[in-house]
Amino acid sequence: MAALGAVLQGLDGMPLALAKPARPLPECGVQIGTGAVMTGTSIMAVEFNGGVIIGADSRTSSGTYVANRVSDKLTEISPHVFCCRSGSSADTQAIADLVKYQLNLHSLELGEEAKVGIVAQMFRKWCYDYRDQLTAGIICAGWDRHEGGQVFSIPLGGMCIRQPFAIGGSGSTYIYGYCDSQFKKNMTKDECITFVKNCLALAIARDGSSGGVIRMAIITEDGVERSVFTGADIPRFYSD
Amino acid sequence: MAGAVSVEMPRGGFSFELCKRNAALAAAGMKPPTPVKTGTTIAGLIFKDGVVLGADTRATEGSVVADKNCAKIHYMAKNIYCCGAGTAADTEYTTLQISSELELHRLETGRKPRVGTALRMLKQHLFHYQGHIGAYLVLGGVDITGPNLYTVHAHGSTDKLPYVSMGSGSLAAMATFEDRFRPNMDVSVKTFKFGISRKSEKEAVQLVRDAIVAGIFNDLGSGSNVDICIITADKTEYIRPFDVANEKGERTGDYRYARGTTAVLETSVRKFEVTSETVTSAEPMES
Repeated sequence: MAALGAVLQGLDGMPLALAKPARPLPECGVQIGTGAVMTGTSIMAVEFNGGVIIGADSRTSSGTYVANRVSDKLTEISPHVFCCRSGSSADTQAIADLVKYQLNLHSLELGEEAKVGIVAQMFRKWCYDYRDQLTAGIICAGWDRHEGGQVFSIPLGGMCIRQPFAIGGSGSTYIYGYCDSQFKKNMTKDECITFVKNCLALAIARDGSSGGVIRMAIITEDGVERSVFTGADIPRFYSD
Repeated sequence: MAGAVSVEMPRGGFSFELCKRNAALAAAGMKPPTPVKTGTTIAGLIFKDGVVLGADTRATEGSVVADKNCAKIHYMAKNIYCCGAGTAADTEYTTLQISSELELHRLETGRKPRVGTALRMLKQHLFHYQGHIGAYLVLGGVDITGPNLYTVHAHGSTDKLPYVSMGSGSLAAMATFEDRFRPNMDVSVKTFKFGISRKSEKEAVQLVRDAIVAGIFNDLGSGSNVDICIITADKTEYIRPFDVANEKGERTGDYRYARGTTAVLETSVRKFEVTSETVTSAEPMES
């Protein structure tokens, strides 16, 4: 943006009677487009002893309006790799589509499914290279035969880091402490489901831009098992 | 002398001169022209054997109604239609462009176009323009996979839902859907409260009509008539207008004064005399 602004200001234009000193970029009628839909989210991914569990709320908002109350932010990239999307809906959908396409071609050449880390690096490349134009916080998680269940976090600036568990979206800020206190390595599947469910329930309860149902996907060697928790199935904690 | 003919080489890249000019004009107090935006209610739902799309017919320019009977349900393919909200020109041309690409795709593949194909084309086109194309769409149709319904936002994000609404009247329409929608709706006999009445229509169609009517009556940006498009596996029905929500009533009284109500106090007649008359014949133009 700074570079483009400099190009604008250093330009020798045709002399104009009305010309005033060049203005900063946004006032020159060049708008920086950012996805208007979906910014508030609660997403997470957790490693357990057989794979990973990913989870998300289901609210897509457009300003104060809930544009979709049952959206699916858990997006399949390959049979054993998913991503959780947060930030601009348009941006993250576009990146997911690109990576899915890119990965499909790559696996065809490779002759097998790519490692989760490779997929994460593909996400990272798009997110980092276009970091000035994108609003995308992605958690990439999945299972491969080399390292089992893995979780990679790719936050706003385009960093990529492997973590035993990752949380993301506006709702995640409310549950850092809870996650740190409750997470254990090598949980069983059921323990992990409860952990994810509790974390997301707490995030949804405190974050106005998260809500709806809790969606989950359990990714193991055997494939993907998807589930939805609604109404009474969502745990309740302290509330008046 | 070579120096006398010094030709300046054109500089490459995009020229931002007009941006500079516009900024200067704006600073001088000129208001830029505003595009025609359709304050709109558009909606759609999936029923037992297809998709119903609906739209109001008001186009606005600020607070002025620019068109009282515009068409907001656009043709994409025989089995796919698309409702548009947002900037009128953008919805018109985006749908036109994609429908053309879709037809070429159909000719090349020799297959009926899929809604998913249209969706991909639309979202990639809109994402490319980063929201500068102000098209907010409801895309619906029936293909080999069955009935499909999507919303597309100007920035390129899409949602797949069984019932959707968009535009300024989307809240009113969605409220109607949230109250009365149920999966796999079918035929039922109902009559209309307002305007043209059709004796037997699908319950789904009735619901979409009511959703649009809710927009027409409760949203200032929406108004006039209801257009409906019913797409099933074997046929597409585009009904325009489907219903006139604001039909003009008949004037019941006679408000004209009877002849002779005003008394004639004085009469005078003046005659003109024609002094000259000229007739000129026009020669046809040579081509």
